[in-house]
Amino acid sequence: MIKGKAWIFGDDVDTDVIIPGKYLRTTDMQVFADHAMEGIDPDFSNKVSPGDIIVGGNNFGCGSSREQAPLALKHAGVGCVVARSFGRIFFRNSINVGLPLIEADVECEEGEEVEVNLSEGAIKVGDRTYKGQQLPDFLLEILSDGGLVEHRKKQQQG
Amino acid sequence: MTTISEKIFSRAVGKEAKANDFVIADIDYAMAHDGTSILAVRSFRQMEVEKVWDPSRIVIPFDHLAPANSDTTAGLQQDIRGWVRQQGINNFYDIGNGICHQVLPEKGFAMPGKLIVGADSHSCTYGAFGAFGTGVGATDMAEIFASGKLWFRVPESIKVAAEGKLGDRVYAKDLTLKIIGEVTASGATYKAVEFYGNAIEDLSMAGRMTLSNMAIEMGAKAGIVPPDATTFEYLKDRAVSDYEPAYSDENADYVGEYHIDVNSLEPQVACPHEVDNVCGVSEIAGKKLDQAFIGTCTNGRLEDLEAAAEVLEGNEVAVRTIIIPASRQIMKEAARKGLIEIFLDAGATMGTPGCGPCLGGHMGVIGEGEVCISTANRNFRGRMGTGGYIYLASPATVAASAIKGEIADARNV
Repeated sequence: MIKGKAWIFGDDVDTDVIIPGKYLRTTDMQVFADHAMEGIDPDFSNKVSPGDIIVGGNNFGCGSSREQAPLALKHAGVGCVVARSFGRIFFRNSINVGLPLIEADVECEEGEEVEVNLSEGAIKVGDRTYKGQQLPDFLLEILSDGGLVEHRKKQQQG
Repeated sequence: MTTISEKIFSRAVGKEAKANDFVIADIDYAMAHDGTSILAVRSFRQMEVEKVWDPSRIVIPFDHLAPANSDTTAGLQQDIRGWVRQQGINNFYDIGNGICHQVLPEKGFAMPGKLIVGADSHSCTYGAFGAFGTGVGATDMAEIFASGKLWFRVPESIKVAAEGKLGDRVYAKDLTLKIIGEVTASGATYKAVEFYGNAIEDLSMAGRMTLSNMAIEMGAKAGIVPPDATTFEYLKDRAVSDYEPAYSDENADYVGEYHIDVNSLEPQVACPHEVDNVCGVSEIAGKKLDQAFIGTCTNGRLEDLEAAAEVLEGNEVAVRTIIIPASRQIMKEAARKGLIEIFLDAGATMGTPGCGPCLGGHMGVIGEGEVCISTANRNFRGRMGTGGYIYLASPATVAASAIKGEIADARNV
């Protein structure tokens, strides 16, 4: 169960605003975290608390293939992204780096308490419940292992 | 009945694959550039696999920040060069060879029926050749480096049919922007797009690459043009292997269809900050500019430079104008044809073949509040520089606008 405070974003949030291109030339995760969502809200990385949940609209994470986008959100402390739909590369990248996400159409105000049950595909906002698109088991497994690298290592050992 | 994507996946999986099936597919060619190989190699090392699955199927071009612009970039690129040598990857194209999405087709890797995966979102460009070309992130690429395989959900397909004849100084880019405006930025999310109609058949390979390149701007996983004589002619003496074209069945299942009449199409412009914010050039003409940029994986090819030169010849630019051929080969041909002299005489500046300022890294970043018209594929907020505004158009429209210092219709210059 993932539980946190909601941050609301609109439709077509692209990867250039999630992490601008000028910050990509490093492998230092802290740099990505410090500039997460900078293109929309330069203060986001200071305001977000560990476990908070981003609630977006259609096509969240559209644009470039930069894996730094989900890495930025994950290392900034975002616990899960809930959106009506995702840019498909962002969707894959999030699973691969271990950032939970789910497709769902939820009504939510900024700051509301959101609860996500990934394995059941269920979301609770305040006392309202929503059904999201349940992830297939093999993707849930990658997420619960903490991403594709850890998942593969576990399989190699197993 | 089956779509092109279903056919290509069925071949790559070794059994029948239908839309929405989750499959594990064999990758024909894998590409990562300087920007994405950094994280891909990092993930590959973390996976504790020693050797890549097949060095001959991996292509690494340096184009995003090439030549290096800082100590950090230089160090990261040095590391990748060492890794490429250690892994025995011969298809390495260092700085100045050009943009990945031009280099792979030029070197014959983009072929009909192939499954080509790149660690770059514009890898859908290879769809121009009837390949299933798609973009992934760095860790997916590391998985391919390690195993040569990747999971996919076989996409549903959308059919876009364009009929008619493009008018004077109306190009593939204008048709592409028109299509994106109709389909919208999220209209093809998770899906593949197949392009049909005589207006598509009439396009050169360069024009088809412009079209397929921007499929991701509708959210698409792939943007495929059925291969024909134009494709086969381009691949003659170039294709690095045999290939088998894939075509959809007559009654293939499409989840959406769009029809575009191009006869009366005027030059199109995508306005800030969304690619589907498209209008005719007449609606936005007169918008003051600070910079013009011609190049990128969308529009840095020889016929793009020829279209720009036709407009610029004998004129002078009124704003700073950056022109970057998509590859060394193109730059060489442009020099031979006298285009570079025309550009320099007009007051434009030339850059090293590569991505240039498209993603805001170097070679023409714009300042706060500045306005740039560009032949690129993205006008996202802040992409070319914090606080900047990007308009997207064809090379001819950008050239005409550069001369006027404001957005202008190339048919009136």
